[in-house]
This record gives sequence, structure tokens and C-alpha cells, in this order.
Amino acid sequence: MENKRISSVQELLSGDEAVARGAWEAGLRVACAYPGTPSTEILETLAGFKDVDAQWSVNEKVAFEVALGSAIAGGRSLYASKHVGLNVAMDPLMTASYTGVNAGFVAVVCDDPGLASSQNEQDTRWVGPYAKLPLLEPASPAEAYLFIKEAFAISERFDTPVLFRMTTRVAHSKENVAVGARQDIALRPFEVNIPKYVMVPRNAYQKHSVIEKRLLALAAFSENTPLNKIEKGSAKLGFITSGIPYQYLKETYPDASFLKLGFTYPYCDKKIARFAHLVRELVVVEELDPIIQEHVRSLGIKARAKHPTFGIGELLPEHMEQIYKGAKKKELPSSARKPVLCPGCPHRFVFSVLKRNKAIVAGDIGCYTLAATPPLSTLHTCLCMGSSITIHEGFRRIMPNGKIVGVLGDSTFVHSGITGLINAVYNRMKGLIIILDNSTTAMTGGQNNPATGRTIRNEPTKQLSIEAVCTACGADNVDVVDPKNLSQLDALVKQRLAADALSVIIARRPCKLVDRNRLPMPDYDRVKCKTCGLCFNLDCPALVKTEDGHVDINAALCAGCYLCVDTCPADALKRPA
Amino acid sequence: MMRKKTSSASSVDRIWNVFFCGTGGQGVLTAAEICAVAAMNAGYHVKKSEVHGMAQRGGSVESHVRFGPRIFSPLIQPGTADFIVCFHEGEGNRQATYLRNGGTTFVPFLKDPAFMPQDRHFLNTAFLGVLSALAPIPGESWLAALSQQLKRSLAENQAAFAQGRKAGFAYAGRTGGR
Ligand SMILES: Cc1ncc(C[n+]2csc(CCOP(=O)(O)OP(=O)(O)O)c2C)c(N)n1
Repeated sequence: MENKRISSVQELLSGDEAVARGAWEAGLRVACAYPGTPSTEILETLAGFKDVDAQWSVNEKVAFEVALGSAIAGGRSLYASKHVGLNVAMDPLMTASYTGVNAGFVAVVCDDPGLASSQNEQDTRWVGPYAKLPLLEPASPAEAYLFIKEAFAISERFDTPVLFRMTTRVAHSKENVAVGARQDIALRPFEVNIPKYVMVPRNAYQKHSVIEKRLLALAAFSENTPLNKIEKGSAKLGFITSGIPYQYLKETYPDASFLKLGFTYPYCDKKIARFAHLVRELVVVEELDPIIQEHVRSLGIKARAKHPTFGIGELLPEHMEQIYKGAKKKELPSSARKPVLCPGCPHRFVFSVLKRNKAIVAGDIGCYTLAATPPLSTLHTCLCMGSSITIHEGFRRIMPNGKIVGVLGDSTFVHSGITGLINAVYNRMKGLIIILDNSTTAMTGGQNNPATGRTIRNEPTKQLSIEAVCTACGADNVDVVDPKNLSQLDALVKQRLAADALSVIIARRPCKLVDRNRLPMPDYDRVKCKTCGLCFNLDCPALVKTEDGHVDINAALCAGCYLCVDTCPADALKRPA
Repeated sequence: MMRKKTSSASSVDRIWNVFFCGTGGQGVLTAAEICAVAAMNAGYHVKKSEVHGMAQRGGSVESHVRFGPRIFSPLIQPGTADFIVCFHEGEGNRQATYLRNGGTTFVPFLKDPAFMPQDRHFLNTAFLGVLSALAPIPGESWLAALSQQLKRSLAENQAAFAQGRKAGFAYAGRTGGR
């Protein structure tokens, strides 16, 4: 019996780590990103390579522009973000398609089918045709490692930014990858070329025809590249697929024929037609939107595809047979435990005050979005990063005397909250904004940001003063408070809500994942407890409700924040003696 | 440490599915990572899958580890897991549909003092020890994975692993091995 085990030296890498490793080996010089699940680990891994200039940028637009600038100046560069991050970078992206690059430039974008940690489920593959850019789609970490090298070569050969699309399942699954050494890639000289790099109407008009020709050249490339490969199997059944569904299909239908698209856009029309001739029954299986499906049908090729219900959510291996049959998706109710704010989380103090004051909370994106889940239920809108301050303004324009509060985190404020604050000041808006400054970007695992005063490599840098920014923007009142001082916070919120002013309260206390100090758990007096349930409304995982409505404190979870003590009207919960 | 007998050809040839689950903070992801590295050390093709993002916030956490000669899907299909390694009874029961006929769930071990480490913090490595006695990965691949992956409290983790491994072999003896 032959030994089928793999023998060479390998590393177990996630898709994110494999992209970072492959890019580093491809001579990457500059890498920029703003964190976002599931793409965050790309930059975290790159920061570990000393010969890569890696940064957390303030937001995705900034990240894209810095990285593109480096590519134009002659060094290979990379941008990374989650799908919605690319929306923030769309403005530079659309015109970067016109300028092209000099050294290779790759934009890695991770979609999140199934919304493991996102506010929507958009399919980035549409951006290929929209921005007229080539789009690569690896289906595993080992492919991600190989494809990213190819992406840099394509970028330079065709003078184009390259879109590199992954999904959560590729980015966050791991596989053995045989890694290599860093290539020595010389900087390319930068030459002044105003018609190429200055996108004014006249130059851009010329460039538009250049990129249309580039698309034709890329389409020809798409026909021949091994990134789009035909695997001949049975002539009865063939699948056209891309990304992770390929893996599931291979397992479910090992004997079928496959056209696996790794260079999804521009499409390889001839290869698709050739493949369609090879098989009697043709099925397109792709995750999220029916992009390949619509294109194949537009070629006049008959192909079956998934029922539209499978366009919602992540595809799973067990879906393949149902998809093949054309069946509808059966939605199974999720019984997973819901995430909650950590025990001792400083955000919970602020929301307990807002709940008590019956405020309408225009929320934002971060850990604090969890305040929307019952029983806390104290966050009433969440759209996109930075939208709290602006939605707050919109609300106040309709409900000028409402108890409207905009709430956002420190990283989100720097990302895109500042512009909204300036807008509110400029347009003479009054109201209350609370910045939850936990000194980290907690939701995505605790990255530094300008307000922490540390870089991606944790080196000290100039620290952004949020209070100075708010004052400079023109806020009437700027207060910094410790949210743990509940009565002070409550009094201040009441005062600011009543004032005819635009006020900012900065609630500053480090995240519990940063400050891991714990105090002893409170004492509980069963007799005094009136089982009113107010403490349970705080949604603290350390407080367990017994069958008769009493409190059972989970000692392993309790962080000793005493918010429940300050909330208990009956004195049944007390600070320990 | 006991030495495992060399794997039979059939156990090396097929795909092994190990389903890890629990709640945030229980070391589910660390355990799955160690298992995947151990399988890689043993020369298998490995795929491992998990969902991050909310893990730190007390929600459900699961991770799939698959190893064998060649793996396509990084996800285990329901009804095909050889092992459900759970650190939380409720989560273990919730995921029971993943177990194959004749597979082993660790739910009963959660209630059996023979399997439980003195310090519950090391439950994940103790259960890896149990798994090491039941899955076709040599002991030295596990030990290398433990020291590669654990930066803190390595000695305590190794002790918990050894205890779990012993309990695992005793269990395998009672039930006729894997
Ligand atoms: C445009 C965009 N980029 C990135 C993300 C991912 N993301 C969600 S919340 C968050 C950071 C939140 O940090 P902060 O505002 O400081 O709040 P915390 O989680 O620390 O409470 C990030 C990066 C996103 N949802 N949208």
C-alpha cells in the first residue's frame, strides 16, 4: 500500500495567512488595511514580516490610496479589507482602474456569506465587471498562497489593480501549505506620466478606451490561464463553479467533470462553451449571487443552477445534493448561543444609563452593537461604520426634541465618525454623541488605532486625542468620564439631553480583553432580593436566573464590575466586604 | 507516555473528522489548532475550519478538523464526525447530529471524573489526550504540536494531556479500541 501522506515541510496556514505569506514571498513592500472580519489576519500576519511596510490605516479609502500610491511609485503593494470595507474604498478603486499601476497592486477583499460577523451579505464579484478589473477567486488556503503570487504578475503584465476575492470559509479555514523563500523583486522606476496618472476628463477619456482594450486582453488571458481549469470526469454531469463550493462538489460528486474558475472575471467564454459541449448535464454552483450563472446563460448555454433561496447565506457541503436537485433551501432555526457583551464590559454601563433614560440610540458598528439584543435592547439603528452621528442628525431633524443619542466606538469615530461630527456642527445641529473609548478596536480582536497611540507593530506613535478632535470640530461640550461612575454619567446624560447644545461625552475605560483585572464577585442576599429582574436586563453572562427568579452569580465569569450592584434597587447585590 | 501501535493502512487511507465545540473562552479553537497541527506533523493533509469574530463574547464556538490523504471540504457534514470533542454539555448535545454511526462523543466524559482534569482550565488539553488515544496520530506528533502551540503553562497542559491520554487508552481498552 503506497503511503499517501504528505512528506515535505509544510505550515498550517489560514487563507488569510497564506495570502500574507504568498504576498511576502512575491516581494511585497507596502500593505495597508483597516481591520474587518474575516480579513483582519492578513495584515496581522504581514506585520510579522520585517521587510514589509505594514499599517493599520484610518479607514479603507485611506488604506487603498496609500497602497496604490506605493504601487505607482514602484513597489508591490497590497490592500486588504472585508467586503463592506471595499465600499468605503470604491471611490479610489473605480479610478485606479483607469490609472493602472506600475508595480503590482492587489486588493484582497473577503466576503462573508452567512454573515458570521457583518452587516450585510454583498457579493464582491460584481465589482470585477463594474470596475473593469480582473478578479481572482481561490478556493482554499493553498490556492490563496499560489494565486496571490499570480495576482501580482497579472497586475504588472496588464497594468491593472487586481481584485482578489475570498470568503470567510477560505479566509478562516486552514490547510497545510508548502511555503518558500522571498523573491528579490527590484523597485520599478517611477516616471512622470501625466496622461496616465492625472485623471482629468481629457486623460480619463483616453484611458477609458485603454481599459476596454485591457479587458479584451484579460479575457484572452482568462481562456488560457490554468487558474481556470477543466477537470475531465464523467461526460454525464459537469459543474461550473468557483471558490469554496468547488470543494463541496468534489466531495459530493467525485466522478463529475468540473470547470473550476479561479480567474472568474473577465470570463473565459470559449472555455465555458467547450466545457458545456463535454457534458450532457451542466450545473452552475456558486455562493451568493447568480453571477456566473447569468453569464453562462447570456452565452446561450443551457445550464441548471441553484434555487434562488440558496443565494442567501453560506453554502454548506450538505447543500450540494439539494442544489443539484433544484430544491428549495430548508431554513433551519439556529440554536446557537448568542454572543453578548463580556462580563465587566465598560459599554454595558453606558447602555444601562441610556436604557434608564429611555433614549433612542442611533448606534454604530462595534462590540456595542450587541446592546441591540434583548433584554438590553438599547441600540435602535445600525447601518454602517460612522453612521451613528449622521443618523442621529437625521433623526433630530425630524424629532428635534427627541431623546436621541448617537453612540459609537473610538475606532469607528476615527474611521468615519469625525466627518459626521463636523457636518453636525456646520449645519447647526444640537444633540448628544457618546464615544465609547475602550482604547482598542475590540470587535475585530483588539487592534490598535490612532487613538491608542500605537502602530500595528505596537510601536509608540503620536496618540490622537479624541477630545481635542471633538473640540476642534466645534462641539459645544466635550466631557471625558469613567462610565463606571454610573451616577455621574447618568446626571451628565440628563443634563446634556436637556441642553440646547451639541455635546460629546467620551466614556473612557479600557476593554475587558485589554484590562483583564478582576475584582471579587458581589455578595448576594437572597432574602432581600425582590426578584424584580432589573439586573437581568443588563444581559450580563455572569448573572444566571434561577427557576424562582433569583440570582445565581457565575463566579468563573464575573469580572467584579458591580454594575448589577449599582442597578439593584433592593440592596440584595452588594460589593463584597 | 505510552507508545501507540502503528496505524493500520486503512486508518491512514480514510478521512478522519473531528468536531470540536463549546462556548467562548473554553479553548475550543486552541484544541482544534493543536489537533490540526498534530495531524499535519503526522504527515496528513489537513483542513480545519472555524468561525471567529464573536468567540470572545461567550457565544457558541465550533471548529472542524479533517485529516487524511486528500481533503476537499474544510467542513464536516452532519452524520460523519468520528469524534465530537465538546467542552460544554449543551453544545455537545446540540451538535450530536454531526456524529456518525459508531462515532465517539465526549459528552459522557464531561460527567466522568476519570476524564476530568483537576483544574478545569486544562479541560481542552485533557480531552486532546483522550482523543490522542483514539485517533490515528502518533503520540510524538501530539507532543510536538502541544509545545509548538502552547506558549503558557506548557507543563500543566502536558500533564493534563498525559492524564487524558491514559483515560483514553483505558476507555479504548474497555470498548474494544477504535
Ligand atoms: C467599513 C467597515 N470596515 C470594517 C468593519 C469591521 N468592523 C466592525 S466593528 C469594527 C471596529 C469597532 O471598533 P470600535 O468602534 O472601537 O468599537 P469596539 O468594538 O472596540 O467596541 C470593525 C473594524 C465594518 N463593519 N465596516
